Amino acid sequence: MEIKAMKEARTLLTAFDYEPAPLERGYTDRSLHIRLGENRVEARAVPALVREKFIGGKGYGLKLLWDAVKPSTRWNDPENAIIVAGGPICGITQYPGSGKSLVCTISPMTDMPIDSNVGGYFGPYLKFSGYDALEISGKSEKDVVIFIDGNSGRVTIEEAPLEAVDGHVVAEQLTEMYAEDEEDKKNISIICAGTAAEHANIGLLNFSFYDLRRQVARLKQAGRGGIGRVFRDKKIKAVVIRFRGTKGNLNKPADQSRINKAGIKLHRQIHDLDDAQCRMRQIGTANIIEVMDAYDLLPTHNYQYGSHPDTYKIASKVFIEKYTTQGMPDGCWYGCSLSCAKTADHFELKTGPYKGHKVTIDGPEYENAAGLGSNCGIFDPEIILEANFYCDTYGVDTISFGTITAFAMECYERGIIDKSHTGGLELTFGNAMAQLELLHQMSRGEGFGYHIGLGVRHLKQYFAEEFGADRAFLEDIGMEQKGLEVSEYLPKESLAQQGGYGLTNKGPQHDEAWLIFMDMVNNQIPTFEDKAEALHYFPMFRTWFGLMGLCKLPWNDTTPADNGMTDEPAKIPEHVQNYVDLYNGVTGASIDKHELIRQSERVYNFQRVFNIRMGKGLRVHDAMPYRSMGPVTAQEYLSRQERYDQQMKELIGVDPEGKSVEEKIAIVRAYRVDQYEKLTDAVYKRRGWSSEGVPTTAYLREIGMDLPEVLEVVTPLQA
Amino acid sequence: MIQVNGKPMIWSEGMTVASMLKEKNYIYAKIVVKINGVFIPVEKYESTFIHDGDDVKAIHMLAGG
Repeated sequence: MEIKAMKEARTLLTAFDYEPAPLERGYTDRSLHIRLGENRVEARAVPALVREKFIGGKGYGLKLLWDAVKPSTRWNDPENAIIVAGGPICGITQYPGSGKSLVCTISPMTDMPIDSNVGGYFGPYLKFSGYDALEISGKSEKDVVIFIDGNSGRVTIEEAPLEAVDGHVVAEQLTEMYAEDEEDKKNISIICAGTAAEHANIGLLNFSFYDLRRQVARLKQAGRGGIGRVFRDKKIKAVVIRFRGTKGNLNKPADQSRINKAGIKLHRQIHDLDDAQCRMRQIGTANIIEVMDAYDLLPTHNYQYGSHPDTYKIASKVFIEKYTTQGMPDGCWYGCSLSCAKTADHFELKTGPYKGHKVTIDGPEYENAAGLGSNCGIFDPEIILEANFYCDTYGVDTISFGTITAFAMECYERGIIDKSHTGGLELTFGNAMAQLELLHQMSRGEGFGYHIGLGVRHLKQYFAEEFGADRAFLEDIGMEQKGLEVSEYLPKESLAQQGGYGLTNKGPQHDEAWLIFMDMVNNQIPTFEDKAEALHYFPMFRTWFGLMGLCKLPWNDTTPADNGMTDEPAKIPEHVQNYVDLYNGVTGASIDKHELIRQSERVYNFQRVFNIRMGKGLRVHDAMPYRSMGPVTAQEYLSRQERYDQQMKELIGVDPEGKSVEEKIAIVRAYRVDQYEKLTDAVYKRRGWSSEGVPTTAYLREIGMDLPEVLEVVTPLQA
Repeated sequence: MIQVNGKPMIWSEGMTVASMLKEKNYIYAKIVVKINGVFIPVEKYESTFIHDGDDVKAIHMLAGG
């Protein structure tokens, strides 16, 4: 009855019929464009030049976004667009991790392009429905649901007043509404956000897939940068796609056997080695919680420290033994034998509007455990799971929320804010109920939770202007850069990782480069030039996943047995060759590992220039908060005094004897900031950029990204 | 004294690969160990002795995160 009432309350705004374009060698060469407000829907051909230069996925997203916006466009302007695109490999079922969507928009956090990589079935179904990309721009006055029927070739936009907004509810409602029967539910995928995304700039997008075994619509997240905020600002409740007939060869690859061969090899490797390697099939990315703690890399108490005596309470085995369901298929796209998408089933919520409900929680991912847990001083696995659930259903980025809350907690503990500012919440580290209350407030757009939802950059200004806080100190301890919160690794002892966070296009997210072990532990990249090479290669290599619609986990969370014997083990050469084979097998091209990097270089530099076009993307924007580089406070210094004193002697050449803690902090700071500046110089040089971080016209011509609109932006900035 | 990943570590009599990894708290599952360039398989960590002056690599196979 509930579904019937929802349907009856619908008002059809427009319908668009199309002939689904055939997929050929990974492409349909068509894109779908929806203009809300005007209720306009159209299909366009993808120009050959766009396919050549931008490849797919994130490349298509950035190109369409560039064409949609002006330098003055902000996140809530109608012309801002949300673009969803897989890539040519997206949708194959023979190789793990091949069902990803890439989502781009102008971010409310950073005022420049953000891109986010997400699982669920939407990306493959979009391609199978005839489109390489979906662009949604404009704004609706009332809440709408967009429906794409990929079999009949029909797109509708309907006003939808009665459907829920929270992710886990609306995903269930719409799966039920659009599926003809239980079996058909697997053919439905939904993009939705949540109630907090109506108020919080850290709003995310959920992408669903239906789990037939658990009989629940599960949610994967395009988490970073506030795309959900843009989605709800456009009054979109959901985008629904239905496609029946998924099978392994829908991409119409040029050479199926080449793809099969790579896939079989990797499936066998995962089967034989995963239990002794990362245990992705048992616990997913959460396998590294205790590992990060052991190497002093697990952020605790707002990145002050890298380990905590209570970490054992949230170690991976706790989740394995007590919460996550084992032995169920856990891939977020067909054919992924790495199956890292774990769930806690029948979890009874203790707080909030769904208190008492038994729910399925996708997680915990490592980032959730570290961000919602240790970084906030919370070591209760049930709280982490509950916060994880509410973040997902409210549409909140767990990484940003964890980092923002940790920052606010430190400010509270240092007396910068108090109960009169937090609405009575005692925001000390470890106060789990206060953390959850912030989430509930955020979903209602109320109280201190509302401010939390606007991000660390907002809080720094808010605390300084409203409460007289020391702005310089807040800049030191507020872990954001470019407006985006730092993800959940402590980079203080790895200069390369400081660059891996700071010298990025979208902000300090580790999906460009995670170099901590190579740098801090393995000592494989000791010089600035070594680090710069790594900060060129890995961001380019990993950008390629986003062009293809691939997940990065099967690249390096499983390793061939003989990988250590190869000449470049960190790159995992056998897997790189797999990707070359996949691309050539799908598209019929004949690229090698060098051309793979070149494909990424074009898009990566396009994104850098896009940032510059939006008034960002220069050296000044690549600076990092000092908390990411070294000890800000005496407590931090004293907690690792032996390490810092030793480094002062051996690296800086200064005897710490007789110096006060404050003097030593200042000496270490001067050295580490200087190291970061030198690293920046080396990386810019390696990337073909000027000392201000601007791609040179000569380099853009060399890599083939010398489009007129690109040169128009950078030419005036050439030194 | 030995070198582990290019950095000095105090050597002790009877040190094995397993005891060295434990002392360094290297708990990550995907580590490749070489002594003076010779690969040591996991099943020999307990029985392989490290000698004073050895150059040890304990390479952690993770560049992802």
